[in-house]
Amino acid sequence: MENTVRILIAKPGLDGHDRGAKYIARALRDAGYEVIYSGIRQTPEAIVEMAIQEDVQFVGLSLLSGAHMALFPRVVDLLREHDAGDIVVFGGGIIPGPDVYELQEAGVRAVFPPGTPIKKVIDFIEATRQELPAL
Amino acid sequence: MTGGEDGALGEIVDGVRRRRPRAIGRAISIVEAGGPRRDTLMDLIDGTPPPVVGLTGPPGAGKSTLIAALVSAAREAGKRVAVLAVDPSSPFSGGALLGDRLRMTRHSGDTEVFIRSMATRGHGGGLSAAALEATAILGAAGFDTVFVESVGVGQSEVGIMSIADLVLVVLNPGTGDEIQTLKAGVMEIGDVYIINKADLAGADDLERALRHAQLVIPGTEHRAEICRTVAADGTGVPELYAATGDLLARLDEDGALDRRRRVRVTAAWEQLAGDLLRQWLRERGGVPPAGRVRFGELRDRLWALMDEVLGDTGTGGET
Ligand SMILES: Nc1nc2c(ncn2[C@@H]2O[C@H](COP(=O)(O)OP(=O)(O)OP(=O)(O)O)[C@@H](O)[C@H]2O)c(=O)[nH]1
Ligand SMILES: [Mg+2]
Repeated sequence: MENTVRILIAKPGLDGHDRGAKYIARALRDAGYEVIYSGIRQTPEAIVEMAIQEDVQFVGLSLLSGAHMALFPRVVDLLREHDAGDIVVFGGGIIPGPDVYELQEAGVRAVFPPGTPIKKVIDFIEATRQELPAL
Repeated sequence: MTGGEDGALGEIVDGVRRRRPRAIGRAISIVEAGGPRRDTLMDLIDGTPPPVVGLTGPPGAGKSTLIAALVSAAREAGKRVAVLAVDPSSPFSGGALLGDRLRMTRHSGDTEVFIRSMATRGHGGGLSAAALEATAILGAAGFDTVFVESVGVGQSEVGIMSIADLVLVVLNPGTGDEIQTLKAGVMEIGDVYIINKADLAGADDLERALRHAQLVIPGTEHRAEICRTVAADGTGVPELYAATGDLLARLDEDGALDRRRRVRVTAAWEQLAGDLLRQWLRERGGVPPAGRVRFGELRDRLWALMDEVLGDTGTGGET
């Protein structure tokens, strides 16, 4: 049975701009995925709770700038703590090169800078969903 | 796909009974995916749904905000509450954007509240076919009440009746003129009509129009209830919550809830019959006759096939 891909697009941190997050949510919907949008200013705890209740395979974190080094790995860690380490975390935002490597080491599977063509995100999702266990 | 599969399902069912969110989330995905694993899971779950309260109404009427406020009232009464928020899948891409829980974030961190968004995945009626099974899963997980949100457009609001024990229709001031046009669909299914956004001008007009329409609770001779709320600040919500509980109790006493459940089982039975027949036809029943055919011919051919399979009339020639 082909899994329907479900993706949580979440916005941790304090900035209240969610145009980018909403854009990506709509684009992924148009690509045929079921997208849950969290709303702004969510804590890592709230994001992980949503991911688990919604049983998504992917969590996309959107953050304009700032606290990604604290917030992104925290989401990964909390998912693991809740027996949900198989949920794939990716992120987007203005993230300096060295941070990207550190985030990937911390378990964030991909980091997309602003302006990434949506096709790249879709390719990432399509490639990664193959590894996921069948429902 | 062997015994290990059932083992994994058993573990999930066990987790559902222990109220583990990860297991509940997984179980709902399995019924959404359908197929044999769904059947096995539902056999193991063997749960009865708790009272299901459905909210429907036009886009933006405040359904999600109202559910968030109703959940607060239920929590104050010590109830464990689940929410199923159903949104349509895009007929073009098959995707869906599910944003209802955005209005319910005040309950995050409360382990006695479980919120799940579902897409219709091409099923008519505005409700996912899996939603009914999800309510049984939530019942097995010990939730006392399930609120279901379903957007009402055109005919789809009727679908809420296939799952809800009680139907709340959410309307807004300024829509009084629409009542006539809504009448055939949404105005026949409500037990409670809610004037939400009662802080806006026109609430009196809407209430007058609703009272004038003399709406009746489906399957009874009682008048439907009319309530005013401001979901955004909670005004009127404790009263609505209390009215909902009273009405459920009254309809239960009345036998109306049982009658509704029977109607739902009948609908599910007929739906299933259709699904199974479709499946059988595709697998073994062959293809329809080629060329131009009349409907009558198709019907005769289907009857003949069914006689052959069921062998109950003798006309089909048992072999
Ligand atoms: N003034 C006022 N606004 C309200 C009230 N209730 C909800 N709203 C606002 O109405 C808008 C829509 O609310 P939702 O709860 O998302 O409505 P909905 O019916 O769930 O919408 P869909 O799921 O998109 O169909 C939001 O901006 C709410 O803040 C109310 O009582 N008064
Ligand atoms: Mg809504």
